[in-house]
Amino acid sequence: MKPENARGVPLKDEDLKTGKVLTTEWRVKADYAWDCGIAIGRYLDGLKEGKIMATRCRRCRRTVVPPRVFCEWCFKPMDEWVEVRDTGRVNTFSVSFYSWDMTPLEKPEVPAIVEIDGCSPGVGFMHLLGEVGDNLEEILRRVKVGMKVRAVWKPADQRTGAITDILYFKPEEE
Amino acid sequence: MAYQRVAIVGAGITKFVRRAQETGKELAAQASKMALDSCGMTMKDIESVSLGTAPDAFDGVHMKGEYLADGAGATRKPFMRSFVGGGSGVYAIIHGWYHVASGHFDTCLVVAEEKMSSTMPHPQAAFNTIYDQFTERPLGVNLLWIFALEMNRYMQVHKIPLETIAQVSVKNKLNGLDHPCHQEGITPGPHLTVKDVLESEVMVWPVYRLMVSPVSDGAAALVLASERVAKRMTDKPVWIEGVGWHLDTSYWTNRDLYYPRYVEYAARMAYRMAGITDPRKEIHVVEPYDPFAYKELHHLEGLLLADKGEAPRLLEKGVFNRDGELPSCPSGGLLGVGNPISAAGTMKVAEIFWQLRGEAGARQVARPVKRGLAQAWGDLMQVGTVVVLGR
Repeated sequence: MKPENARGVPLKDEDLKTGKVLTTEWRVKADYAWDCGIAIGRYLDGLKEGKIMATRCRRCRRTVVPPRVFCEWCFKPMDEWVEVRDTGRVNTFSVSFYSWDMTPLEKPEVPAIVEIDGCSPGVGFMHLLGEVGDNLEEILRRVKVGMKVRAVWKPADQRTGAITDILYFKPEEE
Repeated sequence: MAYQRVAIVGAGITKFVRRAQETGKELAAQASKMALDSCGMTMKDIESVSLGTAPDAFDGVHMKGEYLADGAGATRKPFMRSFVGGGSGVYAIIHGWYHVASGHFDTCLVVAEEKMSSTMPHPQAAFNTIYDQFTERPLGVNLLWIFALEMNRYMQVHKIPLETIAQVSVKNKLNGLDHPCHQEGITPGPHLTVKDVLESEVMVWPVYRLMVSPVSDGAAALVLASERVAKRMTDKPVWIEGVGWHLDTSYWTNRDLYYPRYVEYAARMAYRMAGITDPRKEIHVVEPYDPFAYKELHHLEGLLLADKGEAPRLLEKGVFNRDGELPSCPSGGLLGVGNPISAAGTMKVAEIFWQLRGEAGARQVARPVKRGLAQAWGDLMQVGTVVVLGR
């Protein structure tokens, strides 16, 4: 038996649409509400107040976001909380032309990892960049790895204690 | 260490297709049957079953392992399912290796199956649940983001031009045309060029459409046997000489994505077990995991088969071509054959099996090969799974 003899019947989308091949459909209904836990709960509380809170492991000498209550390196408790700055540097970025469900976007989004000032080197989180242009050429001209950025917050009365309380990060003068 | 030597004695595969008429169980059964037939065994000879399959959400079937078990010949047999996202296809073989190496069994059927077409219209929503539910998903993520971020980091650190990454797509997609099971339509034609890749749609820059492996249905299977059984059955056993696996933190934005350290640790583990001290000389053919074009280069560096940042230059020199010094993805890989997640990893091991036996037909590499490596990768830029095979 060789791969030349492999089986498997390829179908086309029309085969399903025209009923040539029968399908059974099912729509999943699954709503979740996650308890945020101790570390992320406090992190989200901080965001509501316009602050980015990090935790620190004294033993590993490491300050991290998103915060956690145990150090995954040495497994000691991480119970020292520090407020870090809402500025940082772009570690890497991309330019997305598709939404979460793969619908094409009219205006591209710019996801990035931002290394947060006040955290250990190389430590950051994923967010979006804004005020960097509407098309690929302009975005690639204006966004550089290593560039300084600052968080743009929602107005205080609209914050809900979510990562989206930061609208995006925008370029900051050096 | 005191364990039985384990050989691969048979391999089976289905066609990789965008949407298969067969159910997951039926695909698993087809690949399993072919693997058994290829070494003259029947299900009666199989003492244990190791199954690899990715998230249940793709099939919309909870406890998919148990659901698929009948199709994998596991009824009334010792059965285990293992799962590390995209790494599952090689993880399942490591798992199967344990079954036999431990002395518990003399044979193990390893089956990997994926049916990604069941989520309509696209499995994207299932993929998105890999991201952190508190700090990442609310941003409106899609799966391509994480790859685009890693690819850009890798390109920036080593100053790699897009043209070089596109060359991986060309190599693998053209290689894939020689694989009888390749998914139709994923290679635009036999004259594909770097220019074509860079003229394909930008999905999430720097990822272009032709740098992404497709959504696929398919299955693959391998028969593992102890030395005692293998030697009775075939004069061309392919030995599992080394296995390795490693997991990094899920805090993926806290580490530098330019280098897959977890792949290096998995590779070092496998090399140590195989007694390999100079992998660049001792590995003759390699199937690194290539769900995205840059990933092949990234993984070749993690596997210590190139220095950090050197893989792009070796690619440009033709080292990784089928007639090169270190043929890489001679099967066509995920970009050229298709990507039914766990089945794609097992397909890579099957390819090394066929290459080492000289049975790869049009895909057979030019240089003589005695030892090869297959690797898979998965989760949040997190897991490396490696097997070293030798004859």
